[in-house]
Amino acid sequence: MIEVKGVRKSFGDLEVLKGIDLVVEKGEVISVIGASGSGKSTMLYCVNALESIDSGHIIVDGVDVHSRDTNVNRLRTNIGMVFQQWNSFPHLTTLENVALAPRIVLGKSKQEALEIARKQLEHVGLVDKLDVYPSRMSGGQQQRLAIARALAMEPNYMLFDEVTSALDPELVGEVLDTLRLLSDEGMSMIVVTHEIGFARDVSDRVAYFHEGKIEELGPPSQVLDNPESQQTRKFLANVR
Amino acid sequence: MGSSSVFTGFQFSDLGFLAEAAGRTLLISALAISIGTFLGCIFGWILSVTRVVGDATLGVVLDVFRSVPLIIQLILFYNFFPIIGFDLNPFAAGTVVLVFYTSALVAAVVRGGISATPSATRRAARSLGMTYWQDLRYIVWPIGLRAVLPSWAGVALGVLKDSALVSVLGYVELLRASQILITRTQEPFLILIIVGAFYFALSFPISRLTARLERTWQYD
Repeated sequence: MIEVKGVRKSFGDLEVLKGIDLVVEKGEVISVIGASGSGKSTMLYCVNALESIDSGHIIVDGVDVHSRDTNVNRLRTNIGMVFQQWNSFPHLTTLENVALAPRIVLGKSKQEALEIARKQLEHVGLVDKLDVYPSRMSGGQQQRLAIARALAMEPNYMLFDEVTSALDPELVGEVLDTLRLLSDEGMSMIVVTHEIGFARDVSDRVAYFHEGKIEELGPPSQVLDNPESQQTRKFLANVR
Repeated sequence: MGSSSVFTGFQFSDLGFLAEAAGRTLLISALAISIGTFLGCIFGWILSVTRVVGDATLGVVLDVFRSVPLIIQLILFYNFFPIIGFDLNPFAAGTVVLVFYTSALVAAVVRGGISATPSATRRAARSLGMTYWQDLRYIVWPIGLRAVLPSWAGVALGVLKDSALVSVLGYVELLRASQILITRTQEPFLILIIVGAFYFALSFPISRLTARLERTWQYD
């Protein structure tokens, strides 16, 4: 379970998170929508301690993420993250990209790590690209590589930060299909996205962020189809 | 004695003399390049993490080493060391100056190499649970190494040739040896060609090795 409690965060004078409360149950898929600069991505970065918080708490499986005593490196192995830019490691082949962290972070043997990597690449449909360098692959393939790389750590949670925003339109589908597959398998995920249709299909709940706050939170049938908030309605009218 | 000149022609044994001098050039260059590269990596890393503070302190010192002509540095330091109580011989003084000169050049190269990895890529590495040092060792180092290897090779080749300037301190390396032989034999052409060949032989492995590494590390 991920518990976000009263989280506030400022960059200089600008307060980007103004008291966020959100609970993600095991196996739940939560989509986060909202305009650019509404704090969606910042919240994700706070969940695995890539950003600090000013006040509040984030608890992941009982571990206080921002406590001084928390080993963030161990914590992060439990929370996979995929970014808008896929950030492949350019000097490693696809297989090596995925096998690196299991070997050096989880301490698996080289053989084990390669096996895990092969399995996860098969999982995302890249089994024919094992020995290819990322620069030879499309954005969609590299994004699936990034997903496999995160999954190889066997996390309990996955965070997706606008993972289709930098893709050419014809490549969006293959990445969304991979996310659907993970949600079908019961992965707990927070998906920051602009793909409203996708959010409706896979989410258990949708959170609409507006100016650093969660304006509306509920099942897609409510938030996306019958929003209570004026702000939510305005936003949805604009993205459609 | 018809030719009672003080000059004697180039003899086969002189080749041995030059080879020995080439060995000294190799020794002082190898020391400067290896220790200078090691220090340069540390300095470059410090510059990349401290930014403004590093620029204003270490950066300035390194700039001095990079900008002042090496021959001036050599003479100044050679005469300065005894003042502060280190009576260094020409070899030691030359080596120390060459090491810092090399480290200043390498630091700039290393700093560029570190910036070859986008911060987003490093963030992704950290998100997988890698520590700062694992990110540095497994992501930043290999990417940076590939990016700046040609620049580093340029520095190494430059230092190898610049080591000739240590001759002004009286250290008999290749260039100094050639001057001695030219004075004696009055055969500058022949001797400079031989010495040039020695320098080439010393440089060739560096340029070939780095070119080969570049080929094997290609990943596009």
